[in-house]
This record gives sequence, structure tokens and C-alpha cells, in this order.
Amino acid sequence: MATEVRQRPAQESREAPPARRWTRDEVENRVFGVLRWVVIAGFLLVTLFPFYYMGLLSVRALDEVIQDPGALWVPPSEVRLGTYTSVLSSQESGGQGFLVFMRNSALVAFGTVALTLLVALPGAYAVSRLEFFGRRHISALFLAVYLFPSILLAVPLFVFFTRIGLRGSLVGLLIVYVSQIVAVSIYMLRNYFDTIPESLEESAALDGCSRLGIMRRISLPLAMPAIVANGLFVFMIAWNEFLFALLFLVEDREKWTVSLGLSQLAGSIEIPTTVLMAGSVILTVPIIVIFFASERLLTEGLTAGAEKG
Amino acid sequence: MSHRTDRGAAGSLRRSDARAGLTLISPTLVIVVFMVVLPILWTVLLAFQPLSLLTLAANGLFGTDFTLDNFETVVTEPGFVGSLVTTLVYSVLGTASAIAVGLLAALAVRRTFRGRTFVRAAMLLPYVAPVVAATFVWRTMLDPQFGIINHWGTRLLGWDEPIAFLTQRSSEVSLLGLGFSVPTALLSVIAFEAWRSFPFAFLFLMARLQAVPATLEEAARVDGATPSQRFRYVLLPQLLPTIAVLSILRFIWTFNSFDDIYLLTGGGAGTEVVSVRVFNYLTARGDIGLASAQALVLAAILAVLVGVYLRRFAPQEEKT
Repeated sequence: MATEVRQRPAQESREAPPARRWTRDEVENRVFGVLRWVVIAGFLLVTLFPFYYMGLLSVRALDEVIQDPGALWVPPSEVRLGTYTSVLSSQESGGQGFLVFMRNSALVAFGTVALTLLVALPGAYAVSRLEFFGRRHISALFLAVYLFPSILLAVPLFVFFTRIGLRGSLVGLLIVYVSQIVAVSIYMLRNYFDTIPESLEESAALDGCSRLGIMRRISLPLAMPAIVANGLFVFMIAWNEFLFALLFLVEDREKWTVSLGLSQLAGSIEIPTTVLMAGSVILTVPIIVIFFASERLLTEGLTAGAEKG
Repeated sequence: MSHRTDRGAAGSLRRSDARAGLTLISPTLVIVVFMVVLPILWTVLLAFQPLSLLTLAANGLFGTDFTLDNFETVVTEPGFVGSLVTTLVYSVLGTASAIAVGLLAALAVRRTFRGRTFVRAAMLLPYVAPVVAATFVWRTMLDPQFGIINHWGTRLLGWDEPIAFLTQRSSEVSLLGLGFSVPTALLSVIAFEAWRSFPFAFLFLMARLQAVPATLEEAARVDGATPSQRFRYVLLPQLLPTIAVLSILRFIWTFNSFDDIYLLTGGGAGTEVVSVRVFNYLTARGDIGLASAQALVLAAILAVLVGVYLRRFAPQEEKT
């Protein structure tokens, strides 16, 4: 260390004659140093602006938007929150009935979280800890599901649910969601179970704990962070999902989810864009809140093991 | 471990573990088999039958008269090949741009600075936001009449007239005196795809960048490598395996994707990818047989492409 410090100045003075020109290294350092901030600013603009614009339009009056589409700011005195009451209130009272859509979305999303965890937790534990026939291949098999186009799956499920009369029911949709998510859920949870030292479980076993007791008393409490992260992840997927909701629920407006409702009403000319923007805000805000509250938990859960390349 | 303990006890423990394992995994197995595996197999049957939603009730679940008609129609009917080409262009360009943009973002926020956590979270927003809300706001922004992009484009950037980004099949662009025809709507949905999915690449490339040992770059710096040389000769080789995995994953997902294009253009203006086409056959025309056949062809082509890619690149990945 000490020798390095002493050698540095000597080296530099040797490389840089009195009338010095900029070396390539210096030029690049300066250029990239500036460029980096330009790029970061550009990214912030491009990623955040659409969401800002969404919020902005949702509180402006429609005629003002048409008069001055380029406004980037709305003075506080001109903020109109009527769009929100209009989009939320029921259709009978002249609104768009988003409150009902929100209830449907919440039902499906919470139901999917509960059912997925109920199915995936034992599964993930088994794949991580227990030696059984086919254990090594099973997660690869589950993940292979993701390589198929979801439209390929949509055809038979649409036909099948039409046939047995479950199309148009939230329960049918919920089951489809669970089947779509359970593989990734198992994958994420298994990664976490793998990091819990087995010795903890072994000592519990020596103390006379049964397998089920070990799972309940040791493994589940330890895996709580991963379970919460996984639950939030599943919630976000179920809340955002569009294709299957469209295929299953489109005929009955009372059953629409927020995503489906917004997409169906977006084509209509009678409903002001500002009101629908309020609908988009309502659709987006829960996700953004969950995401910012749990960003670290989620990203670490997803990229666990990715550092290895 | 087992040979040290008593043989019989270890054996019975292993057997009970095996039983417990199968019991615990069985709910997952049941749901995946009944909701995923069997439906996919059933699609194969459906694809060989002349079946529509109207005649469905009359037919049994498995049908009796099998024919190749659907596949013949798929291949000969105008439109399918074109939409396959659209799908390919969309997924190749969408994947490439999403990864390139993600790499740029990962390099930009690599070193720590104040507010980095916020910037990082903000960059993930397009990926987590509901697709319906994101497409709706983009459609409004790109609107030729009161969209903000056309408003500022015509005023600040000197566009002659508003551009119908999502409804115009192609437009003439003159560059250096040469006229080009540009597929406007297709490029718009590709740009949207890059915006929406670059965070995925960003996330994984950033995780990989953080794992690159600092000594490696330090050594290159001491040897006089400039920042761009360090990227080219030190960082990029470290990132390549991750980029390879990202390419295949993003390609598969973009190739299969339905939501973005359906919501942005409805498949109009030269953006009809196969997924959207299958959806239209299924719901608008109620032609189950044709829809299944097209979905199957889509899956088969994807399988071939992925197979070729893996065969070509898998050995390289193992070395690193």
C-alpha cells in the first residue's frame, strides 16, 4: 500500500509532460461522468412521466385538456376530483362502477394469494427438503409451463370452462390464476428454504419433533420474509392480469375486474378520458404502494441466485 | 450420513420422507396437471377437429372425426404467415432493445450516489405497473388529436403534422434526401415493449454487475484501461452469460405476449401477432379448431427456435 502511494506521483509526472494533452482515459472519464447523469435523468423522465401524466389528466377538466393538451402542470385551484367520484360510483347513479370492479379484483387477488400459498408452501418445502421420487425434475417441469404461450392455454380453458358452466365465475378465474402462478411461487420459496440451515431442523428432530411440527415451528417462521414477499408478488400478478379475465368475465359487467373494466371502457367515446385516467390511477396506485413498500424484499427474492450468472 | 446411523431406522425415515414429500407436492401436481398439462394435450385434439363454439355442445369432450383441415387452412390462408413474420420482428427487436436499454440503465446506476435506491425503484415501475393502465396512458399520450407527444412534437420538434403512432401502418420518412417507408405502428409497439420490459433486464444485469469482483476492474485500471475498454474487455465478458439467459427468456415471453399489442392497437395497422390472431379466431369467430391449430403452430415454432438457440449457445455457457 505504502509503496503504491509513493510510486503514483512519479508515474503520473512521467506520463504527463509539461505541455500536457488530455489522455483518452481522462476524456472518457469526463465524458462518461457527465453522460451518466444525463442518462439517469433521461431514464427518470421516461419511466416516471407516464405515471405523472396519468395523475395529471385524472384531475384536469376535460375541456381544458382539449384546449391545452400540452400543459405539464395544473394549478391547485383547477384540480377537479369529480372524476374520481364519477368513476367509482355505481352505474345507476351515473358513474362507471369501479367500486364493484375493485371488489372483484380484490376478491380474486386475495383469493389467489391465499390459495397459492396454501398449495405452494408444502410443495416448496417438499422440493427443498424431502427426498422423493422425481424431486429433481419436478421444478424444471413446473417451470416449463412458462414456455408455452398463454394463448395456447387460453383456448382449451375457455372451451372447458364454457362447457362446464364455470366461465363467468370468479372462482374459475381464481383456479386458473393459481395454476399459472404456483410454479414460480414454488421456485421462489424453495430458493429461500434452501438457505435455512438444515441443522436447525435436525436438532428439532432430535428433540422429538415430527416432520409436521418441524415445518410449523421452525421452517415456516424462519421463511416468513420470503412468504410475505411471495404473497405480495402473487397479489401483484393477480391484480394486473388481463388475458384470462378478458376471456372469462367479459360478458357480465358485474364481474369485471379493474383491469378488464378499464380496458373495456377505454374504447368508448361517451366516457371522458379524464374519468378513465382516474380509473387507471385507481388500478395503479395499490400496485405502486405495495411495490415501494416491499421493493427490496421482492427484487432480492426474484434475483436470488442470479449473481452466480 | 445414512450409513453411519442404524440402517433400518434410516431406511424407514427415508421412506416416510418420500411419502411426506409426495403428499406435500400432490396439491401442486394435481392443479398443474389438470389446469395446464391436460388442457395443452387437449388442444392438440381440438386442433384436428372441425369445431366451433356453436357445435361444441353437440360434440363430446373428445370428439370423433379427426382431420388435417385446420392445419391446411392455417398454412394456406392469407394472413397467418404475415402475422408470423410480424411476431418474429416484434419479438427480436423488442428483446434486443429491452436488453440494450436495461444494460444502459444498469451501467448508469452502478456506482452509489444519493437517491440511488429511489432511481432504481423508479426504473422498475414500468414492469410492475398494470399493463392495462400503462397501455391506456401510452395510447392517450400518443393520440394524434390531444396526445401530449404530438402536441410537443409538432411545436418543438417541427413535425409537419401529428403522427398517428398506433393506427398508421407505415409512413414516409426522408433522411438525407432518401425516402424510407417506416412501419409506424409496429415500431411504436416495439418501443412500448422496450419501455415496459427493460426493467427486467436491468434488474438481473444489475445483480450480476454487483457480483463482478472489484479487483478485476481495478487490475485493468492499473494496467491503463480506459472506462470504455474496461467495459468491453472486463465487464461485458462477465455479463454475457446473463445476457444470453435474458435473451432467451425475454424472447419467449415477447413471442408469446398478447396483452400489450391487443391493448395498444388491437392488432390493427400491421401489428397483428399470432397470439392476437388466435384470440380473434377464438372469440370473434368462435372457431375453436382453427384457433387451436394456430396456437399449436406458434408453440411449435417457438420450440424449434429455442431448441436451435440452446444447441448453438449452451456449450459456451457451460464454460463460463
